[in-house]
Amino acid sequence: MQNNGEPRKKIVEVKHLKQYFNAGRKNEVKAIDDISFDIYEGETFGLVGESGSGKSTTGRSIIRLYDPTDGEILFNGQDISKIKKHSPQMLEFRREMQMIFQDPYASLNPRMKIKDIIAEGLDVHHLVKNDAERDARVEELLDLVGLNKDHMTRYPHEFSGGQRQRIGIARALAVKPRFIIADEPISALDVSIQAQVVNLLEDIQKDQNLTYLFIAHDLSMVKYISDRIAVMHNGRLMELSTSDEVYNYPLHPYTISLLSAVPLPDPEYERHRKPHPYDASIEDDSKDRYLQEIIPGHSVFASDDEVPMYREMAEKAHEKQPENPAVLPGD
Amino acid sequence: MEKILDVKDLEINFHTFAGDVKAIRDVSFHLNKGETLAIVGESGSGKSVTVRSIMGLLANNSNVPNGQIMFKDQDLLKISARQMEKIRGNDISMIFQDPMTSLDPTMPIGKQVAEPLLIHNHMSRAKAMERAEEVLELVGIPNAKNRIKDYPHQFSGGQRQRIVIAIAIVNYPEILIADEPTTALDVTIQSQIIELMKELQDKIETSIIFITHDLGVVAGIADRVAVMYAGKIIEYGTVDEIFYDPRHPYTWGLLNSMPTLESQKLYAIPGTPPNLLNPPKGDAFAPRNEYAMAIDYEAMPPFFKVTDTHYAATWLLHPDAPKVQPPAEILRRHELYHKYLAEQAKGGVPADAE
Repeated sequence: MQNNGEPRKKIVEVKHLKQYFNAGRKNEVKAIDDISFDIYEGETFGLVGESGSGKSTTGRSIIRLYDPTDGEILFNGQDISKIKKHSPQMLEFRREMQMIFQDPYASLNPRMKIKDIIAEGLDVHHLVKNDAERDARVEELLDLVGLNKDHMTRYPHEFSGGQRQRIGIARALAVKPRFIIADEPISALDVSIQAQVVNLLEDIQKDQNLTYLFIAHDLSMVKYISDRIAVMHNGRLMELSTSDEVYNYPLHPYTISLLSAVPLPDPEYERHRKPHPYDASIEDDSKDRYLQEIIPGHSVFASDDEVPMYREMAEKAHEKQPENPAVLPGD
Repeated sequence: MEKILDVKDLEINFHTFAGDVKAIRDVSFHLNKGETLAIVGESGSGKSVTVRSIMGLLANNSNVPNGQIMFKDQDLLKISARQMEKIRGNDISMIFQDPMTSLDPTMPIGKQVAEPLLIHNHMSRAKAMERAEEVLELVGIPNAKNRIKDYPHQFSGGQRQRIVIAIAIVNYPEILIADEPTTALDVTIQSQIIELMKELQDKIETSIIFITHDLGVVAGIADRVAVMYAGKIIEYGTVDEIFYDPRHPYTWGLLNSMPTLESQKLYAIPGTPPNLLNPPKGDAFAPRNEYAMAIDYEAMPPFFKVTDTHYAATWLLHPDAPKVQPPAEILRRHELYHKYLAEQAKGGVPADAE
């Protein structure tokens, strides 16, 4: 998914976004502290980080569940904070951007039938003319996510976690969005079901030319599904590059620490695993740090005088074989 | 090796309005002294029910029609509630999944850690608090002396899980049961907690039953592994045997559905686990198993011996079964194992990740 000459179209541009809660008060929380990144059309952008890193807040800011404290978010070149509430533009914005939630048990209304859950967006946006068309569209969507039309009149409690997540996906797809934010869509699912849902998301993406923001803490799955990955920590982006780069040639100590903590299903590797704890205090030297491009397409959160060091690291790493804490031996 | 716990032919049903759910269907396993046994399975496979029965913590609608849980010459299923109370939290203790809900929010942590000592050992309050402080220090709570009067909400998630562990080990239990102790934690905290558990096992010489669905965690902590599916153990062996030479198609599927660097398309085990209200007649995994044979739908496969420590319940191991080619990922694991063995034989240089 590298650009082949022609410039790729940006679908989302996040510019110096800040999201503070309780701003100006004693209990101020800087959930997002000046982050900038772009998401290109048709790609899967992975956002990883630990709990409290601000990754979910970023997703929720992009879909405009919050008003940003500072900075701007452009969707299709349009500043989303300028869209007036209850305006036709807002309705269109809400149609084009959809969300898939983490917990398939909490995100479906238990008192609604499956077909009404899926068709709610169709009704709101007046996308279907009559009941027959509505049912036909719901059937089509259920088919797309691997469920069948017998499920239409059932209630959420009759479904397993994996099936519920499929219903959540069908609901997001109903209004034909262009951009989907998936906030930890598989963390609540069992291993064997996770693979099913990830494959489904990939198939649909190819089919409908969707763009995903995939938020997760499971690094191995993010690596698998994403084209590019941003690593978030304490409300800031630590590293951003293609998923292969981040995995094979991590530069920032936080990324290295995160990768070294991922357990792999390989006992011999685990016996010799060395954790690399990250000491956040190295950021406390009051130097001005921001996300800087080290080598083309690979950016790291660094101060100006750290750039040469990272550049040397990157060049050295590229000369050698991939030396990476997260690579299975023999790979 | 000395067996410290021996579970034999265990069956557990739960009575519901829809009928009896056969949650555990004839499970046998043992725990050796000083080892870590990991029980792996998806939700609903029965791994938590199994260990809850060891702790005597089954729900009221359960019944145990068959089975024995032998611990120190007594059957834990037969002893009285009062006798069980003496064992629980003393000889056998448990670490629960969610450190946010398994601590009492209204009680200072020192008191929570000291509680088992007051109850089981009739220690004096002052002495118990002293010991609580020691144990909190041991599990890595910094500055424990000044923090024993703090409440759970004053600690982070990882620290709370350390406190939960402190409560479980304060009496030096012979068996420590950990039910998904790291599932609710971030990966960096998870690796710290796992390191801690390994260290503690050496220090207090306990045997651990570790329940999880995360195969990466299992590879790091287990000596032996039992894989559960639909209320049965379907394969067990040493950690190397299960990860490098698995024999059951379900184990293959689990290992194969984890992403590796080359995976173009993730392998997904098709379908969903069976409903245990009416468990299938044959191998419960058969409908999801691409290697299933006619007999898999007819008769439950017995355990076939692979090595002295490795057994798998699949008809594929029957002498008359056709030879099948395991998935490429499993063959890659065979190769990996041979490579490790060769390297070890060459001169004991540890096969490192590089």
